Amino acid sequence: MINEEIISLKNIGVRFGDIPVLEGVNLSIKQNDFLAIIGPNGGGKTTLLKVILGLVKPDEGEVRVFGENPEKGRRLIGYLPQHTSFDLNFPINVFDVVLMGGYKRLLKNYSKKDKKIAVDALKTVEMLEFRDRQIGRLSGGQLQRVFLARAIVKEPRLILFDEPTTGIDPKMQSSFYNLLSEFKKRMAIVLVTHDIGVVSTQVEEIACLNRRLFYHGAVEEGLKRLETTYECPIELIAHGIPHRVLERHEKK
Amino acid sequence: MMEILQYEFMRNALMAAVLASVACGIVGAYVVIKRIVFISGGISHAAFGGIGLGYLLGINPILTAIPFSILSAFGIGVISKQGRVNEDTAIGVLWAVGMALGILFIGLSPGYAPDLFSYLFGSILTVPSFDLWMMLLLDVVIILTVFLFYKELTALSFDEEFSEVVGIPTRSMYLLFLCLVALSVVVLIRVVGVILVIALLTIPAAISRQFTYNLRRLMILSIFTGIILTVVGLWLSYALNLASGATIVLVLGSAFFMSSFFKGLMPT
Ligand SMILES: Nc1ncnc2c1ncn2[C@@H]1O[C@H](COP(=O)(O)OP(=O)(O)OP(=O)(O)O)[C@@H](O)[C@H]1O
Ligand SMILES: [Mg+2]
Repeated sequence: MINEEIISLKNIGVRFGDIPVLEGVNLSIKQNDFLAIIGPNGGGKTTLLKVILGLVKPDEGEVRVFGENPEKGRRLIGYLPQHTSFDLNFPINVFDVVLMGGYKRLLKNYSKKDKKIAVDALKTVEMLEFRDRQIGRLSGGQLQRVFLARAIVKEPRLILFDEPTTGIDPKMQSSFYNLLSEFKKRMAIVLVTHDIGVVSTQVEEIACLNRRLFYHGAVEEGLKRLETTYECPIELIAHGIPHRVLERHEKK
Repeated sequence: MMEILQYEFMRNALMAAVLASVACGIVGAYVVIKRIVFISGGISHAAFGGIGLGYLLGINPILTAIPFSILSAFGIGVISKQGRVNEDTAIGVLWAVGMALGILFIGLSPGYAPDLFSYLFGSILTVPSFDLWMMLLLDVVIILTVFLFYKELTALSFDEEFSEVVGIPTRSMYLLFLCLVALSVVVLIRVVGVILVIALLTIPAAISRQFTYNLRRLMILSIFTGIILTVVGLWLSYALNLASGATIVLVLGSAFFMSSFFKGLMPT
C-alpha cells in the first residue's frame, strides 16, 4: 500500500457557543500511520475525532477524509467512542450490536459474510460466549470490548479509538495492545489515550492537543523533549496539570 | 358473548381493535424503546387540528388528520433537530397549537359538530367501514416501512451517533419514524380518540418489554397484548354501558400495573 494521505485537516477551528475548543489545527494522517493524541481533559481530543467523522462541523477550516468530505469518506473509518449512552434495557443482544458496525446501505440486509465477520470480531475481543446476552447485562469493560468489536467489523482503513482502554482489565488491555500491532499492519490508527506506556512502546507518531496542536511528530522526539526539557513525568500531561508545560512547549 | 358478533358494529369494533393493536404493537415498540412517548403525545394532540379541518371542509376528518399529523411530526422533528429550540418546547407548542386550530376550525364550521366527542375520546363501537379500510391501509404502510427499514430504525433507536457514523441517513430515518408515529395515531384515533392515543401506543409495548429482550418478539407480543386488552375493554364497556375509549385505557392501565407488580414478585 502506498503511503497516501488519508486525512487532512487544514486550519480547523471549532467553537461551542463562544468557547473556542479547537483553533488552527492542522493535521495530516497517512495510510501507514499510527498516531497517538494526548492532551488534558477538555483539550478537544474527542471533538477532533468527531470533526474527522463529520459529527461536528468545524466553524473554520477544511476537512478531507479519503479525499472526500467526511460524510462520504467516513464509511472507511471505524470508531470506538469514548462514551456511548444508550438505554440499558434496550431489546438488542451483543451480536446484533456488533453487526450494526457492518452496516452497508439502505435496503441491503446483513449478509452471511457480515455475520461471519461479526463472529470473528467477537472472537477477537474474547466476547463470543456473550453473543446472545442482552446488551445492558454486561460489565463496563465487557461493553467496551463489544463496542471495540463493533468498530472493527467493517474492516476499516482507518480506525479512531477514543480512550479505548478505560475500564478494561490489565489482561484485556495487553491483549488489546497486541491487537493494535496486528491492526497497524492493515490500517491507519488514531489512538486518543492517557496511557503513556503504550505511546512510548507502540505508537510511531504523537500529537499533543490542548485547543491548539502543540506538537505533531515522532514519538521519541516528542516524549524526550517533553520529559528532558521539563523533567516532568509525562503522564501528568494527560491530567491537565501541566498546561504550563504544553504552553511553553509551544514557544520553543 | 358469541351472539353479539352478529351485529355489524360489533364485528367492526373487533376489526378496529385488531387493526389498532397491530399499528401500536409495531410502532409502540419503537416509541417505548426510543423514549419518544411525549413526542407521540404531541403528534396525536396536534392531529386534532386535522380533525377540525375535516369538519370545516365537510370531509371525513380521518382523511384530513393524516396530512395534519404528518406535518406536525415533521415540525417536531425538524425544529428539535435544529437544536435552537428544546425538543420538549417544540412538542408543547405544536401540541397546543394543533388543538387550538382544531377548536377554531370546528367553531367556524356550519352547524353542530356531530360525534366530535368520539374523535376526542374514541368510539370503537361506531367505526364505519370506510374508516376500517383506511386503518387497514395504514397498517399495511406501517408494516411495509418497518419491514424495509428495520435495521436502520433499530440502529437509530439504539445509538444515534454511531448510526450516523456507519452511514445511516439518521435525519431522514428519524423523520420517517415520526411519520410512522403520525400514521399510527390516525389509526388509533377512532378507537381511543386523540387524547387517549398515547395509552394504546405505549402500554402494550411497556407491558411486553418486561418479558422479552428481543425486538421482533416485543412487537409481536405487544400486538397480542393490545388485541386482548382492547377486546376486554370493548366487552366491558359494552356490557356495563361505559365510554369505550376510557374503559379500554383503564383496562390497559390496570394490566400495566398488575404486570409490573407481578414482574416485581417474580425471580429474575
Ligand atoms: N456538545 C458540546 N457543547 C458544548 N461544549 C462542548 C461540547 N462537547 C465538548 N464541549 C467542550 O469542548 C471542550 C473539549 O471537549 P472534548 O470532549 O473534545 O475534550 P477531550 O479532550 O476529549 O477531553 P477528555 O480527556 O475529558 O475526554 C471541553 O471544554 C468541553 O466542555
Ligand atoms: Mg474525550
